[in-house]
Amino acid sequence: MRTLFQHSLTMTDRNLRRLWRQPTWIVVSLVQPVIYLLLFGPLFKSITKIPGFQFPSYIQFLAPGVLIMTAFFSGGWNGMATIDDLNRGVIDRLLVSPLRRSAFFIGHVLQTSLSIIVQSTIIILLAYILGAHFSNGALGLLIVFLSAILLGGSLNAASNGIALLVRREETLIATLNVVLLPLTFLSTAFMQQSLIPHWIRVISRFNPLNWAVEAARSAVNPGTNWSQVGEHLGLLAALLVVCMAFATRSIRAYQRSI
Amino acid sequence: MSTPEQQNGYAIEAESLVKIYRGGIRALDGIDLKVPAGSVFGLLGPNGAGKTTVVKIATTLSFPSSGCVRVTGFDAARQPKLVRQAIGVVGQTSGVDVNLNGRENLRLQGLLRGMRGRELKQRVDELLDQFGLKESAKRVARDYSGGMQRRLDVATALVHRPQILFLDEPTTGLDPEVRTEMWQEIERLTHEEGLTILLTTHYLEEADQLAADLAILDRGKVVATGSPEKLKAELEGDTVHVELHEDAPDGAIRSALDGVAGIRRLDHDVNCLRARVDHGARAVPLVLQALESNGLAVESVSVSRPSLDDVYMSYTGRDFSLADEEGARRQQQTQRTER
Repeated sequence: MRTLFQHSLTMTDRNLRRLWRQPTWIVVSLVQPVIYLLLFGPLFKSITKIPGFQFPSYIQFLAPGVLIMTAFFSGGWNGMATIDDLNRGVIDRLLVSPLRRSAFFIGHVLQTSLSIIVQSTIIILLAYILGAHFSNGALGLLIVFLSAILLGGSLNAASNGIALLVRREETLIATLNVVLLPLTFLSTAFMQQSLIPHWIRVISRFNPLNWAVEAARSAVNPGTNWSQVGEHLGLLAALLVVCMAFATRSIRAYQRSI
Repeated sequence: MSTPEQQNGYAIEAESLVKIYRGGIRALDGIDLKVPAGSVFGLLGPNGAGKTTVVKIATTLSFPSSGCVRVTGFDAARQPKLVRQAIGVVGQTSGVDVNLNGRENLRLQGLLRGMRGRELKQRVDELLDQFGLKESAKRVARDYSGGMQRRLDVATALVHRPQILFLDEPTTGLDPEVRTEMWQEIERLTHEEGLTILLTTHYLEEADQLAADLAILDRGKVVATGSPEKLKAELEGDTVHVELHEDAPDGAIRSALDGVAGIRRLDHDVNCLRARVDHGARAVPLVLQALESNGLAVESVSVSRPSLDDVYMSYTGRDFSLADEEGARRQQQTQRTER
């Protein structure tokens, strides 16, 4: 247990240093959510005039959606780093060391979690400046962070696992594009649940991104449905466990293929 | 406490090792190896002979289809954790993390091996010093030259003082100068630190220079084993090298030497020729006379025992460099079809 903990910290440290040395990547990941918030806000402003829209401003509605979507993509694209490590022989060198296999993925998940916390803080501050009001105080925000981290962490583990299975950059990009973007639109990230088509609403119930969006949005708006928030967080936690199990198994599959 | 390794004297033992890749490619076709502790053991073979596959299996990275490898007495497939503690690996592709600096690369490996604090710092400083990386310790490895990255690669594999070091084609792609440096370092590691080194190479001179013992691999099989000296001594005869004063057409040389008895094989490149003969000392005057009397002025002449080139040829019937090129081509093709 102690070894697992230390290996996880060592890998997190390594991933953070690596991120730190790629400043362009940091800038992009910070600017992107800001752009979403600043562009989508005005673009969909008149949505508030649709009968049945329950939020006082679109920013109020959109902020949790953009925040979760950012975490979703941050985690989801992390497999690219693993492809790079594979090509450079870094993975092979790690695999012939006593590194605990799960620590490899925990290291990535923790690094993504820290990135998500920074990104989310920026989005929340900006949304606040743009006039959003967050209910439930610290507890509400805590749930927002938690759902973002659980979702981003799951996607991170899944993405790194897929990277080890497909081993090729183009295949990973294609796979992620096919999965990530549709899931974003099959959710209530940009549109209130009661205003989206019935079939999307049905699908969105099985969409992890939607679990996180709904939990986060409900937690910081009046009339929080706590039992539903709990249910969504539970589902996200289960997803993280499943994704970690898949990722750890992908290492063995990779070793069998070489 | 005596480890299993000390009980039988072998650092690495492979028994009937077979590896069949998806698609039915038989990379290893029953390999048996015994690598004695404390010296450099060379796995020599052309591209595609299966050298890297042996290393991957012995270092616990990949699994055999059948057969087994014991490293310091532990089964690589069944007791990978024990094997990993005992080995350092420098793969064919550099395992250097280019986003970390030299010191961070070394520290990372140390931390994963449970080294901490002052012990780790001392070891890292020692290695930076030893591999001439002290000044560049804080530079990101991305900015290192090829030679520096390779040195860091080797240093990284040594942080935990392994008993066995695997070097998979350590000098491929290096400048001749850097290659010589690497050779000196490898010799130092076995002589001064008593390390067992398993080195794969497709450079004949490298195997000749460094390896105390050799296994020659060809198409997934061990075709010959022994010290380079022994392997060469088994071939009877000598090689006569002649340097001509100026370049001469191949036909002229061959017709000049046509009547000389005892020449088994003749190779010619620009103004150098190489003849495999039964008896060097007897052949030299005859060769010289034949060349001079045909108007081919000789600059220098020397006699040598057969090289590993000749050894490979006698066991496989193929020319080493041609087999090497063919193997490289085949590897590229497989990679392409995988895509």
